[in-house]
Amino acid sequence: MESKVAYQNELNLKATELRLGLPGTDIESEEQALSSARNNKRPLPDNTKECGLKCSSDDAQHSDHETAPPAKAQIVGWPPIRSYRKNNLQPKKTEAEASGIYVKVSMDGAPYLRKIDLRVYRGYPELLKAMENMFKFTIGEYSEREGYKGSEFAPTYEDKDGDWMLVGDVPWDMFMSSCKRLRIMKGSEARGLGCGV
Amino acid sequence: MMNYFPDEVLEHVFDFVTSHRDRNAVSLVCKLWYRVERFSRQRVFIGNCYAISPERLIDRFPGVKALTLKGKPHFADFNLVPQDWGGYVQPWIEALARSRIGLEELRLKRMVVSDESLDVLSRSFTNFKSLVLVSCEGFTTDGLEAIAANCRFLRELDLQENEIEEKKNLWLGCFPDSCTSLVSLNFACLKEINLVALERLVARNPNLKSLKLNRAVPLEALQRILMRAPQLVDLGTGSFVLDRDSDDSETYRKLRGTILKCRSIRNLSGFLEVAPRCLPAIYPICLNLTYLNLSYAAGIHGSELIKLIRLCGKLQRLWILDYIGDKGLEIVASTCKDLQELRVFPSDPFGAGHAAVTETGLVAISSGCPKLNSLLYFCQQMTNAALIAVAKNCPNFIRFRLCILDPTKPDPVTMQPLDEGFGAIVQSSKRLRRLSLSGLLTDRVFLYIGMYAEQLEMLSIAFAGESDKGMLYVLNGCKKLRKLEIRDSPFGDMALLRDVGKYETMRSLWMSSCDVTLGGCKTLAKQMPRLNVEIINENDQMEFAHEDSQKVEKMYLYRTLVGPRKDAPEFVWTLV
Repeated sequence: MESKVAYQNELNLKATELRLGLPGTDIESEEQALSSARNNKRPLPDNTKECGLKCSSDDAQHSDHETAPPAKAQIVGWPPIRSYRKNNLQPKKTEAEASGIYVKVSMDGAPYLRKIDLRVYRGYPELLKAMENMFKFTIGEYSEREGYKGSEFAPTYEDKDGDWMLVGDVPWDMFMSSCKRLRIMKGSEARGLGCGV
Repeated sequence: MMNYFPDEVLEHVFDFVTSHRDRNAVSLVCKLWYRVERFSRQRVFIGNCYAISPERLIDRFPGVKALTLKGKPHFADFNLVPQDWGGYVQPWIEALARSRIGLEELRLKRMVVSDESLDVLSRSFTNFKSLVLVSCEGFTTDGLEAIAANCRFLRELDLQENEIEEKKNLWLGCFPDSCTSLVSLNFACLKEINLVALERLVARNPNLKSLKLNRAVPLEALQRILMRAPQLVDLGTGSFVLDRDSDDSETYRKLRGTILKCRSIRNLSGFLEVAPRCLPAIYPICLNLTYLNLSYAAGIHGSELIKLIRLCGKLQRLWILDYIGDKGLEIVASTCKDLQELRVFPSDPFGAGHAAVTETGLVAISSGCPKLNSLLYFCQQMTNAALIAVAKNCPNFIRFRLCILDPTKPDPVTMQPLDEGFGAIVQSSKRLRRLSLSGLLTDRVFLYIGMYAEQLEMLSIAFAGESDKGMLYVLNGCKKLRKLEIRDSPFGDMALLRDVGKYETMRSLWMSSCDVTLGGCKTLAKQMPRLNVEIINENDQMEFAHEDSQKVEKMYLYRTLVGPRKDAPEFVWTLV
């Protein structure tokens, strides 16, 4: 399937991927680390204890490692903040320093992907215009009934559940929080999406 | 002499004895007093739901009207206790429902509450007035529907930081039109709400004094609600933003005007989403505030935050994020002369970046706010000199909780452990009841705690100490100790077993990632049948070799009158 191939290509292209983020920042892995800490209802298995069962001679070495953690290592349950508080604190948003929501944008047939920051756009019209500029194509006009009429392209996105959705159906804020990546579908696949048959 | 008074007189005298501890003491004087006290007791506090059974509660206090129950151990707040550990309220509600108890108030903390429990609760007690749920889980909005629909005289519904599954958004509409008795409503932890039902509810409840909204209540709705409820004393705003695109000057003006009429607001919280340019609308009420909670208001920082603080001259309690910075804390110190409680939470707990407050901010606060008695402070670093200064400036601490984000960080100036600093705190604050330690600490700090912290009731230890001596200093010295929780510290069987009788004078002991062994715990359990010694073992049961020499991952022990609990999950093993 086309999308699967494209996905695999992405994995290989990570090293040469063009991004709009600042050089040296790796938003995805930071986000992953943060979200795994937030969603961590069960504590991580305690590696030193497991080792202790099998190789007690190494115990001292491992427990030294445990009790003097490097500054950036995440310890389960530390700092002692209630999960509710951790999960509900929105990150700081100043005009200058807002951490963007960077998502990959792929276009069927394009040799490489792009990345855009969803926070930069105030709504769908701006986003679609930006995508049109980036990939040099035109999107048709959106209607709830017929999707994007008038071109062979359809903008889609993958949501939190892993489903591919047509861009534009849900309120902008809801879209921003559920969009994981964008894909501009082309050709017959695009025509099948959202267009009355 | 008192024996010659009829029971009614004794009862009347006991009416003036309100604190739980005093009433407990009264009941120990003699059999007569025990009897009179037990029949007249209306408020019961049970700090560990597994220490006693509902049947025994009902038997001893048939007149109970208000009950507080706590379930999971405190460290459950920090993900150290697995899901399904326990703490179910269902058996309590069922037993109370079967009895003839006229329950009116129920307060639960860290318990598992099901929709069924809420349903039974709502149907079983005709005079039920107040439900307060703190850090609970297991229920959905269906359960709230039952409460709203069936509790005809409900005065208080306070949902604090619970995990609630939101199904249909109908529950608020289930309050009947005849419900006009509400005094307190807090649904800040929900994500959705039915706005129309909310406005109608507020309109018909003129006694509403405390209202805490959630994110789904926009500014326009807040304005309409405040129009109907200018008598509010306690307000938690929801979303405090005006849409950038829409014409907002009219809404803003209306809001400002409405807030001017809310002369009674003393406690302010919320701002879960906030556009700083809307903040001036609340400036007029700032000067009356005694409690301000901005700990979820990530959108307020920098100069906006400072502007706000400068107006709050009467604050007694302040909860903020560390965006405030040391400089901001200096402003707090010069503005809030009546400050008693300060909590500074980390805005970026896991960030590679730095907490924005250090020892400098804390020293500034202690200089400016000598009435400070309760502190929770998450910071980047701390020095002994600073703690010694704080101890000198503020000798009235009841609660002192310091959390350095790097848990074993020494004094960065001297590279010494923080033993002397904490020692100064416990020596100077003679009324200290609760203490949480962090930073690099040796056994010495525990020597000080054992020596000086005579009123200490709760102690939290993490990554501290060098040997069993540390734990022993505490167990021997702190006569009033009730709760001890320890993680990642080198305390083992020797300390655990030295004075086994001590644990019956305490509510509970938690030890995780320490050096206590299975054998040590078994010995303790054998010697003390009135303790439940529970081992939490999440590793694969097959691998758990059951060797006595093996260190125990997590141990939680507590005194109890009702033996091992019957609802323990697979991964909890009660030693006998």
